[in-house]
Amino acid sequence: MKFGVVVFPGSNCDHDCWYALSGALGRPAEFIWHKDGDVSGYDCLVVPGGFSYGDYLRTGAIARFSPVMEGVRRHAEQGKLVIGICNGFQILLESGLLPGAMLRNDSLKFVCSYVTLRTETSATPFTRGIKKGELLRIPIAHGEGNYYADEATLAELEKNDQIVFRYADAAGRTTAEANPNGSLSNIAGICNKSRNVFGLMPHPERAIEASLGSADGRRVFESILAEAAR
Amino acid sequence: MSAEVTITPEIIQKHNVTPEEYQEIRSILGRDPNITELGIFSVMWSEHCSYKNSKKVLKLLPKDGPRMLVKAGEENAGVVDIGDGWVIAFKIESHNHPSAIEPFQGAATGVGGILRDIFTMGARPIASMNSLRFGTLDQPVVRRLLTGVVAGIAHYGNCIGVPTIGGEVYFDESYEGNPLVNAFALGLARKEDIVKAKAEGAGNPVFYLGAATGRDGMGGASFASKDLTEESEKDRPAVQVGDPFLEKLLLEAVLELLKTGCVVGIQDMGAAGLTCSTCETASRGDTGIEIDVAKVPQRETGMVPYEVMLSESQERMLVILKKGREAEAKRIFEKWDLHAEEIGQVTDDKIMRVRWNGKVAAEIPPRRLADDAPVYDRKAVEPKYLTETRAYDWRSAGKPGDLNAALLKLLDSPTIASKEWVYRQYDHMVRTNTTVLPGSDASVIRIKGTNKSIAMSVDCNSTYCYLDPYEGGKIAVLESARNVACSGAKPLSITNCLNFGNPHNPEIFWQLQKCVEGMRDACLALGTPVSGGNVSLYNQNPKGAIDPTPTVGMVGLIEGRQPVTSHFKDAGDAVLLLGTTREEMGGSEYLKTLFKVKSGLPPRADLAEAVKLVDLLQALAAKGLLKSAHDCAEGGLAVALAESCISSLGQETGAQLTVDAAGLAPEVLLFSETQSRAVITVAPERLEEARRLIAAQGYPCAVIGKVGGHELVINGLVRVPVEVLSHTWRGSIARRMDAAGGSSAL
Repeated sequence: MKFGVVVFPGSNCDHDCWYALSGALGRPAEFIWHKDGDVSGYDCLVVPGGFSYGDYLRTGAIARFSPVMEGVRRHAEQGKLVIGICNGFQILLESGLLPGAMLRNDSLKFVCSYVTLRTETSATPFTRGIKKGELLRIPIAHGEGNYYADEATLAELEKNDQIVFRYADAAGRTTAEANPNGSLSNIAGICNKSRNVFGLMPHPERAIEASLGSADGRRVFESILAEAAR
Repeated sequence: MSAEVTITPEIIQKHNVTPEEYQEIRSILGRDPNITELGIFSVMWSEHCSYKNSKKVLKLLPKDGPRMLVKAGEENAGVVDIGDGWVIAFKIESHNHPSAIEPFQGAATGVGGILRDIFTMGARPIASMNSLRFGTLDQPVVRRLLTGVVAGIAHYGNCIGVPTIGGEVYFDESYEGNPLVNAFALGLARKEDIVKAKAEGAGNPVFYLGAATGRDGMGGASFASKDLTEESEKDRPAVQVGDPFLEKLLLEAVLELLKTGCVVGIQDMGAAGLTCSTCETASRGDTGIEIDVAKVPQRETGMVPYEVMLSESQERMLVILKKGREAEAKRIFEKWDLHAEEIGQVTDDKIMRVRWNGKVAAEIPPRRLADDAPVYDRKAVEPKYLTETRAYDWRSAGKPGDLNAALLKLLDSPTIASKEWVYRQYDHMVRTNTTVLPGSDASVIRIKGTNKSIAMSVDCNSTYCYLDPYEGGKIAVLESARNVACSGAKPLSITNCLNFGNPHNPEIFWQLQKCVEGMRDACLALGTPVSGGNVSLYNQNPKGAIDPTPTVGMVGLIEGRQPVTSHFKDAGDAVLLLGTTREEMGGSEYLKTLFKVKSGLPPRADLAEAVKLVDLLQALAAKGLLKSAHDCAEGGLAVALAESCISSLGQETGAQLTVDAAGLAPEVLLFSETQSRAVITVAPERLEEARRLIAAQGYPCAVIGKVGGHELVINGLVRVPVEVLSHTWRGSIARRMDAAGGSSAL
């Protein structure tokens, strides 16, 4: 399985994703420059975190018009895998590859901290190796992670089992206190209906080695690798 | 403003140029300067750029060491060899005055400026820290400043993707109206990749790279070199506006460009903008430089040379390329969508010449601007207040009453309390290298692909510096070394930011001199030279000057092992106190918090003892004996023990301790701030090994109990449930900020 990490001007977790894949997991990964529309050589695209185009106007709002996003769209339409992390998730929302929108954190402050995620479904290529209900410790770092969707969309997401991770407390309860940004229904990550496009605010690539505080993020990448081996 | 202005004594005074300095300018030029030249001299000869008041004192600081590759003052940041071909470049710099006027942009551009100093050396910034000082949080204006400064640092640092991994936040009335924002950055490079900011080779083209020049930040360097007054609000145009996205592009483009070898020299346009970058690069290269201001990209119309030369618009660079390599460089600028213009060339006549529409707008020998600024011997007189504070008897403040309540009060003091409210807003994990997150004694960054980590800490107890500048300066260095050593690192070198009041006041100058002498002695004892830094004087307003604040950023190296953190790990671990507790209550947080008293004789630090402890901590870490290590600082032993119990969220634990009082009063035993002490824990099965090692090094040590339980118990004096300690300490700043509506009108 070959990974491509998209680099926008202002991406700043591109190197971390690349390192997680190629360094910690030892898988082939390459950078894809945003001016490059051809992404045909990759099995899984990673849209990384950061501040693409400075996040001016609105997070992800300018990046969606970048030439590379046309390639990402085609890649997704072919049923291949796309994972958007943090700003990458915001870009996938802005591009319409995932439903809903992102608001500023309810605290109106940027928040960087470890959070606990409850796995809501194993039925995605990104969580196949994680049991439903399993708790993962993975950091967040964002100012706009307050996921929002209208009632009908939320009902759709629930019905189709598209909610992948929710913020939870240490006991796995999805309480208001465990919600770091005010996101709707404690949603931390969702996938599309076809289940090949996945977006999440937490940073699995930051939790890939015990020396960093947690290796739980590996579970997501290992699920992707296991999926490829199927 | 018109280009033709007649120079009058009023105009000279407005430029903060003294009549004597004006005569010096005349003799350099052999004529009267025009307004552009006067402006150029005024910013280059400001304290901020020339250190004219502090230069003689700064000479006291040791700069040499076997690891020092670029020494203080030679370049934009010092460079230290960490072995195996790797080097680190680091520096701390103030952005106090801009932050006082406009906290968000002031702090943001402080971060932007220090990062540019690092990456223009060819080093990729891998960590930021900061030292922030404010008045007390019961003042709405202070809450507004804290909110704005923290949001500004977060805005810039988070966007550019350099982790802000820690620092210090200190509260004291002396900073009311004069907040301090000192930004630290550290970069990593291969030894061969370090570049100099030199203009060499006549005929080489000079490029301007980055944001267009506007009227923002006009004369910021001279603004930062005078007292703040109520009129300072009107100086708001002297505060720049930052664009971290643009700087991220600059950072990537510059590092890519430097790899090509087509760069002769590069310098950030920071304080004094285009003026400083042109004359400093020419002065270092012992050349001349000629630029045409009409070719400088401008975002406003009608700008005259005076404005273009003095503007401090952010995110701009001066790049000197090898002639014939321009196309290569332009490809990189275009890749990153950056605007670059050729604005001039290097010359060999040792003159900095500024042209404008075919005319010469300024003509000055660059060396006279950059290196030959006047140097003053300021008068130093011991401050009168010291007679009173030295004689103060701490017992006269009163009795502490309930010691549990006293401990909680100290943990609730914002200076001591958890800074989580602050660092949660900083992305401290990006780049996936932060192996010790903020909240420990030192923060630690690993270097991927090596067995090395860099530990760093910024420190200064300014109350000590106020009550005894010599001891205070010494302790600032020693404490930062101890913090770094608690993580298991070997202290290597410091950068410092000397924040003081107006140097024309002999009492303030005496504070500066004594602090520097103290720092010198500590640096010499530890073998940690000063790699660079910055001086910020005139930190005073009509109410008075700040307490002397020589902020120290210490950098240490860990090789081949995991860093040590300050929180207790496992029940049953033995708790050891290293060092001796003496009756040293003067200047303590105990006196400040419980009795609102800032007086007395602060603790004395014995240099030999301090060095011994730093060595011992490293020796213990090298043997893998330390499960935790925490320095005793503000609030003394009791606060250190409490912090070790609670500082790791989700891993809080109690401890059952009995400390030999050795005839000390209970409040002295608990809260004295005697230096050179640390609380460590050791696994029970390795206790004997640890004790043997400590005994062999001849350091005082007492096994005082064990980790475990749900309470912190110290003798019969303190018994507090861990959750009460944690709640008090962790929520202190949030309670003051959020409950009181700390948000500012940003």
